[in-house]
Amino acid sequence: MNPTRMSIIVVSGSLERLQMAAMVASVAAVSGSEVAVFLSMNALPCFLSENRAQAPTEGAFGESMQQVNVPPFKELFRQAVELGDARIYPCSMAMDVLGASREQLESYLDEPLGLTKFLSDAAGSQAWTF
Amino acid sequence: MPQRKVLDARNTFCPGPLMELIANMKLIGVGDELEVLSTDKGSADDVPEWIKKVGHQMVGTTEVNGVWHIVVRKAK
Repeated sequence: MNPTRMSIIVVSGSLERLQMAAMVASVAAVSGSEVAVFLSMNALPCFLSENRAQAPTEGAFGESMQQVNVPPFKELFRQAVELGDARIYPCSMAMDVLGASREQLESYLDEPLGLTKFLSDAAGSQAWTF
Repeated sequence: MPQRKVLDARNTFCPGPLMELIANMKLIGVGDELEVLSTDKGSADDVPEWIKKVGHQMVGTTEVNGVWHIVVRKAK
C-alpha cells in the first residue's frame, strides 16, 4: 500500500462542506493515508463541545441530508482519528479570535497549531479545502 | 473455527456502513468474517474497494430485496 499524505483545510461552517470534509478525512484515514485537518474560520466554532447547534445548510441537498440518517460529521472526524491515521488541529488564530481554550473543544482534536507549522508539515502533501 | 458476525447498517448512508465495518474489523480475529447489511448502494461498491486496498478478502456481495449483504474476511 502506498501511503498518501493529505492536508485538509476546513473554513466553512456549512453542513454540506463539513460533511464532505469529514467523509474525505475519515475514508482517507482508514484507507492508509496520513491525514492532517486544519480547522479555522467558521468551521472551528462547530467543534466547541458546548455547541449543540445544527450547522446551517447551504442548499436543498443539505436539507435532504437532515431528513435521512447520514453519519454526523463530528462522528466521522472522531472515527478518522480513532480508527485511522488522522490528526485534527484547531487553528491557533481562530482559537484566539474565539477566546477559546483547548478544553472547550471536542476531545478528539489535537493541540492548536499555527498556520506556519501546518503549512510546513503540509509541504509535498495533497491539499484539500472545504 | 472462523466466526461470522452480522452488522446491521441498514438505513445509514455512506460512509456509515464502511466505518462500522472498520470499527468491527479491529475486534475480530484473522480468518473471521463480517456480514454487513446495507441499503446504501454506494457502500456496496465502496466496501469491496476498501477491502482490496487494505488487503483483506471479499467473500461476496448479494442483494436481497434492496438489502446488500456484503461478506468480508479479515486476512491479516
